[in-house]
Amino acid sequence: MQVTINISLKEGVLDPEGRAVETSLQSLGFHEARDVRIGKQITLSIEAEDAARAQQRAARMCESLLTNTVIEDYIIEVVEDE
Amino acid sequence: MVALERITGRRPALIWHKETSIDPIDMIILPGGFSFGDYLRCGALAARSPAIEAVIDHASRGGAVLGVCNGFQILLETGLLPGTLVRNAGLKFVCRETSLAVQKTTASLFTDGLQDGQELTIPIAHNEGNYFAPEDQLAMLEDNGQIALRYTKGRHPGPANPNGAAHDIAGIISENGRVMGMMPHPERAIGDGHHSADGRIFLQAALEGVAK
Repeated sequence: MQVTINISLKEGVLDPEGRAVETSLQSLGFHEARDVRIGKQITLSIEAEDAARAQQRAARMCESLLTNTVIEDYIIEVVEDE
Repeated sequence: MVALERITGRRPALIWHKETSIDPIDMIILPGGFSFGDYLRCGALAARSPAIEAVIDHASRGGAVLGVCNGFQILLETGLLPGTLVRNAGLKFVCRETSLAVQKTTASLFTDGLQDGQELTIPIAHNEGNYFAPEDQLAMLEDNGQIALRYTKGRHPGPANPNGAAHDIAGIISENGRVMGMMPHPERAIGDGHHSADGRIFLQAALEGVAK
């Protein structure tokens, strides 16, 4: 199974990096750019009997190491191997 | 280690990160620096290294633990202390002296030997020292008297709060007062060629506190 985990900062958590990038976009003339937030993506493959099980294991990984749940949210996507 | 040896005249025991048990010991200090490249998040990988299980056991038996800088980040990642440390608000690595005000806390070996409001000048050197916790958790830290050190306007010309930390937090203690984490480096302010000797005051108070 191919697993993609998208990690983003929770709402209300200040993202100084996102803010700096937004300022830079504005100065390039992208005045429509708003609310820039920077997250991260982790991809991995998991051996599991089905997608539900892979999803469950990935969630455990997020809770125990991959994310800091004080400030981060995560979304897991599982794609079965072809 | 050098700082502790200079203060106590004795060499502290070194615990290797792969050790899984720790002999009874007065205080465990997690020093600053960097660990595992600080990949993923600062202190995240170090907080899952084998020796940390033993540190958690030591703390759960009421043992004293002090985390400095990266050591503070590690303590937060283990959950021994609440909250987290995020990127400095100014997006820059900050390396300079800071003025700290000792706070009146719940009984603690780290603060009992210091005065409420006592000012200490101790340097910081970090990129992720901006303390963050949800509002309700910050209120709990305030109510429980768990905030031990706050950045304050002192001799230094720069802003009092160097990194945007919530409630000007520079250091916190656990509810039982036995675990402390702090961003400033007391071991870099022990006199002997350092700009300040206030870190020695802090460490000495902690060492006396733990010996009681």
